[in-house]
Amino acid sequence: MSRKPRDKRMTIEEVVGTLESGMTIGIGGWGPRRKPMALVRALYNSDLTDLTIVSWGGADVGLLARARKIRRLVYAFVSLDSIPLEPNFQRARQGKTIPEVVELDEGMFQTGLRAAAQRLPFLPMRAGLGSDVLVNNPWIKTVTSPYDDGQELVAVPALELDVALVHLNRADEHGNASYLGPDPYFDDLFAMAAKKTYLSVEQVIDTAGLTVDSPVQRLLLSRMMVDGVVETPNGAHFTTCTPDYERDEGFQKAYAAAAGGSDEDWQSFHDRFLAGDEASYQQAVRAFHEEQA
Amino acid sequence: MSDTTTQQGTRADVCAAAIADAFKDDGEIFASPMGLLPMLGVRLAKLTSNPDLVISDGESLFLAGVPPLFAKGDVVEGWIPFRKVFDVVAYGKRHVMMGATQVDRHGNQNISAIGDFAQPKRQLLGSRGAPGNTVNNRTSYWVPRHSPRVFVEQVDIVSGVGPHRAKAAGAAAMRFNDIHRIVSNLGVFDVNGPDDTVRLVSVHPGVTVEEVVEQTGFDLAIGPDLPTTREPSTEELILIREMLDPKGLRFKEVPDA
Repeated sequence: MSRKPRDKRMTIEEVVGTLESGMTIGIGGWGPRRKPMALVRALYNSDLTDLTIVSWGGADVGLLARARKIRRLVYAFVSLDSIPLEPNFQRARQGKTIPEVVELDEGMFQTGLRAAAQRLPFLPMRAGLGSDVLVNNPWIKTVTSPYDDGQELVAVPALELDVALVHLNRADEHGNASYLGPDPYFDDLFAMAAKKTYLSVEQVIDTAGLTVDSPVQRLLLSRMMVDGVVETPNGAHFTTCTPDYERDEGFQKAYAAAAGGSDEDWQSFHDRFLAGDEASYQQAVRAFHEEQA
Repeated sequence: MSDTTTQQGTRADVCAAAIADAFKDDGEIFASPMGLLPMLGVRLAKLTSNPDLVISDGESLFLAGVPPLFAKGDVVEGWIPFRKVFDVVAYGKRHVMMGATQVDRHGNQNISAIGDFAQPKRQLLGSRGAPGNTVNNRTSYWVPRHSPRVFVEQVDIVSGVGPHRAKAAGAAAMRFNDIHRIVSNLGVFDVNGPDDTVRLVSVHPGVTVEEVVEQTGFDLAIGPDLPTTREPSTEELILIREMLDPKGLRFKEVPDA
């Protein structure tokens, strides 16, 4: 029998078990799109505290902010798109329950991940110059071009991650993974910026299956970037996971109403959907839709 | 359905044509509209004054045709996932029209938060791509409800960088800073007033200069012999009403007064 690369399949609980309070965790996807929500829900329910969360944020940031998991937040925006302002994030910012916030330009965020992925201390770019990003983050420095132009540029600091959490459509048990939707977002960059990457997917299939009916360019992650694979069907819910499913707008509305409502509203949303494990969440979501139908 | 026999455009139609005009001289660049009226205006420009514009579905596809607002299934001519958007921002062949919760006398824009950044009175989106857009590619703003709460003396947080701040930040910041137009429901503005300040370029039909001044929270530069924003042509009105926005979604942003 030929020897194969490692089988990296894990459970959600095993992934969360490897994490520690105080870690810096990058969350892939983009806003309300292809977020590793099953893993985020497990973080929400964990004993972990004092996390640094690095995310182009959506409800991932909202949930973790609501559960007071975040000591430091690095973001460029937090939005649910069809509901522009994330109510849990708004509440956290306006109540100052996130002790430290680092608001970057969207492109700076990518450049910071790229610097970390390339094991560089920083990369230069124009974005940030003249804006309050540099005023509110005085620790972000500029650098002067050593060439004749002598331009002063932003030295975007590397966004080094302890762990990256990402969600894709398909993977094999070794961690080779493909996205089937319109946009890869930056999940490869998150993986390369992190010491450890945990990947959740809609479906684990055999390696040959990854390229049977989809072009090889859809393979975004190589197994060398991945430390654990979790099969979590509907695991990006209620964000998009095109073409497996689109955003669950009805559920998102219910989430936003609870998040923006009274403490009792949130408590009942929490009790109904978030208090249990992933299986009970998915069951509660099915019940929610049966009620709506 | 609106009556297309009349030459008179609604305020929303006037705004769409004014937005289209902001893109007419851009040539073959990526037009990035944020929000409904900007999307309508950009598509109108592509169908009239500037067919070379490159437009997207707002997700990840460059569209070869010009579909109605929010329609799917048009011919695709390219792929523009977010990572490539950032490449094009730095490359510079792009004109973005963003929203602005606040815009100030010096053309700085805020979409980050209202109040003190450390503990805002109202948290907004975050600065998104505004800092990078404004030092890399042409940037315009769309304000559907012109008021002194939007047009303020000084924004609470500088997301988008106006020319005055860009110059102060040095050569790299000012080199590609290009705040082109601010279009509101009352008029059209640029930042060519004294000392790089916001200047009224035209008032929309039916709006007085006094009304604009009253609804603006800073001392507005006003050009001599101020013109009225042009009425959309019959061709444009037909394109808007019959093709691009037959459902009248534009009236949700700019009600037909």
